[in-house]
Amino acid sequence: MQIVVNDEVHEVSAKTLAALIDELGYGGARIATAMDGSFVPVPYRARTVLRDGARVEIVAPMQGG
Amino acid sequence: MTKSFYGTVLSSPLMLGTAQYPSPDILRDAVRAAQPGVVTVSLRRESAGERAGQAFWDLIQELGVPVLPNTAGCHTVKEAVTTAHMAREVFGTDWVKLEVIGELDTLQPDVFGLVEAARILTDDGFKVFPYTTEDLVVADRLLAVGCEVLMPWGAPIGSGKGLNNVFGLRALRAHFPDVPLVVDAGIGVPSHAAQALELGYDAVLINTAVAKAGEPAVMAEAFRFAVQAGMLARQADPMEERDMAVPSTPVVGKAMLA
Repeated sequence: MQIVVNDEVHEVSAKTLAALIDELGYGGARIATAMDGSFVPVPYRARTVLRDGARVEIVAPMQGG
Repeated sequence: MTKSFYGTVLSSPLMLGTAQYPSPDILRDAVRAAQPGVVTVSLRRESAGERAGQAFWDLIQELGVPVLPNTAGCHTVKEAVTTAHMAREVFGTDWVKLEVIGELDTLQPDVFGLVEAARILTDDGFKVFPYTTEDLVVADRLLAVGCEVLMPWGAPIGSGKGLNNVFGLRALRAHFPDVPLVVDAGIGVPSHAAQALELGYDAVLINTAVAKAGEPAVMAEAFRFAVQAGMLARQADPMEERDMAVPSTPVVGKAMLA
């Protein structure tokens, strides 16, 4: 299945958002996620089912003004 | 009187942005020199390989200063609200500096979107610090939807022009005497920060003025002193301005030499 993560296309086997995060190597990172423009809190990642072409955003702390 | 920000009294009226520093070490030195009450932070896309965000998070933890996440770069209500939710989870705080940008040349806030986003977020338990203009009506609307702090701009973000509309900022201060007010954006040098505090503002938010100085840590220290000077001056009740001169040296008893 193809998933767009931070604007890059990934071919993944993960079925859920939680599995996607592990598959892409974000395990243990301090990140937040959104799918198709909607925030997905940590407790919801494991039950958030991916669909082909889903757009996932993965963000982390960054410098800001 | 020192005002609290959603029940929290800041250790300093200086809020310091963490962006644009030449290196993490220089950022660390600047924060230590500034001794800010809060530092502002943001969210950006994370690469699994680089994990730049994790290193920055470690630095923020090390500094031990309360964080105020922003929604910088958001142009719509939906973007800003979603970003605020992600920031709350990542940074573990319900404080958010809410930016909804409406115009690219000036980065002027979209005040209509701002009020709508502020309403949604305050209803959801966020403690919103809205980046706004000095417009009194917009300020009133922001307070009506639950904001307890206002952050009017001094000048466009990153411009360093100081307080462009002193009249408007003074009117805002006078109109909302009990609301914590922060001049956010446009401050270029420490005297601008002192001026804001002298006007009765409760804090200033600085980023570019420190980060883009030739010696950021030295400038950070200068701002630390400037906000202290401005705060003391406000407490001391500044003299009234006059249009004409009034001699400060007594004329009584002056020798007649003409």
